[in-house]
Amino acid sequence: MVMKVHGAVLSTAAMRVFATLYEKDLEFEFVPVDMGAGEHKQERFLALNPFGQVPAFEDGDLQLFESRAITQYIAFAYKDKGTPLLCEGKPMATVSVWMEVEAHQFDTAASKLQWELMFKSIFGMATDAAVVEENEAKLSKVLDVYEARLSQSKYMGGDCFTLADLHHLPVLTNLMGTTVKKLFDARPKVSAWAADI
Amino acid sequence: MAAPVKVYGPPLSTAVSRVLACLLEKDVEFQLVPVNMAKGEHKKPDYLKIQPFGQVPAFQDESITIFESRAICRYICEKHADKGNKSLYSTNPLVKASIEQWLEAEGQSYNPPSSTLVFQLAFAPRVNIKQDEAQIKLNDQKLSKVLDIYDQRLESSRFLAGDEFTLADLSHLPNTHYLVTVGNRGEAFSSRKNVDRWWNEISSRDSWKKVVEMQKSK
Repeated sequence: MVMKVHGAVLSTAAMRVFATLYEKDLEFEFVPVDMGAGEHKQERFLALNPFGQVPAFEDGDLQLFESRAITQYIAFAYKDKGTPLLCEGKPMATVSVWMEVEAHQFDTAASKLQWELMFKSIFGMATDAAVVEENEAKLSKVLDVYEARLSQSKYMGGDCFTLADLHHLPVLTNLMGTTVKKLFDARPKVSAWAADI
Repeated sequence: MAAPVKVYGPPLSTAVSRVLACLLEKDVEFQLVPVNMAKGEHKKPDYLKIQPFGQVPAFQDESITIFESRAICRYICEKHADKGNKSLYSTNPLVKASIEQWLEAEGQSYNPPSSTLVFQLAFAPRVNIKQDEAQIKLNDQKLSKVLDIYDQRLESSRFLAGDEFTLADLSHLPNTHYLVTVGNRGEAFSSRKNVDRWWNEISSRDSWKKVVEMQKSK
């Protein structure tokens, strides 16, 4: 039975899961969820994710939500397929640290900026300049730490590309299409890493 | 014999107490290293070397240094899989996936509103920062929605990830403790039948009682 990803192509969280599946060369079925029509808040979908958010995931009898839990499951369960995405033993702790950093430090500021500068205009809403300014300042501080980290390490988790890097991709890609790109361009190591991944 | 691991930061910190609870559950010896946050020690170069974001906790085990409380907890559980509470973070991939799911839910959905409320209700008054009523109201509403989902989940499951107490439940202890004590938000939990049962069960674990004692003595 083929793995299923329930989501929407615009969803950065769903993209995190797609990226992992492509890296590992795994077949899956994409089940579109019509968020415009509120499908993600209806009973059928809530049975898959009680928080009413995308993505939701199925692998046989296993049902999961939370993109970062899904990607980790895939990376462990299909360890031997495609790109490793995780490291065995000691360096796993370091990958774990930078996965948390992405989730708690990077994503908080970055997804607010993405919302203000990209999604709002798609939905015909006005950008809040104060929110943009506040979160650019926060993201700048995070990227300063990243610049120092990437001066000591080729990728966020160590020498190899892992989930700690991959988890950044969806929001990072969106931000590169906005004025926030300047924050990445201003930092050589970060800029090179972003281009690489 | 290996030296005890080091945890940097005050037990009063929610993130630090998350790690302490995990160490106690796993029966792993540790040394608590104080960090004087009132004097800004966590923002000084020496500390930034081990935690570049200038936050607590930081953690050292032999030659490895790590930060981010949930990453530290995972590391402790994986390294000492056979010590103490073995079902805290299962090695079975399917069980682990469920634990990860609820640990992520805690980090992404429970932590933001609950930590904002903890700051506003418990810490702001102590450091003479004016409370933001609008933020409190907004986050009370967000927390309410999350607790409704938890109540539904806990109707059919003893703990969040399944039948056993796991890291996913443990991760909720620090913020919730402050919310129901200093924060006066006990009713949000006691008014929901399954959440009430769950909170009473997880908060009466010996490990958590020890952490609360440590918080009182510092």
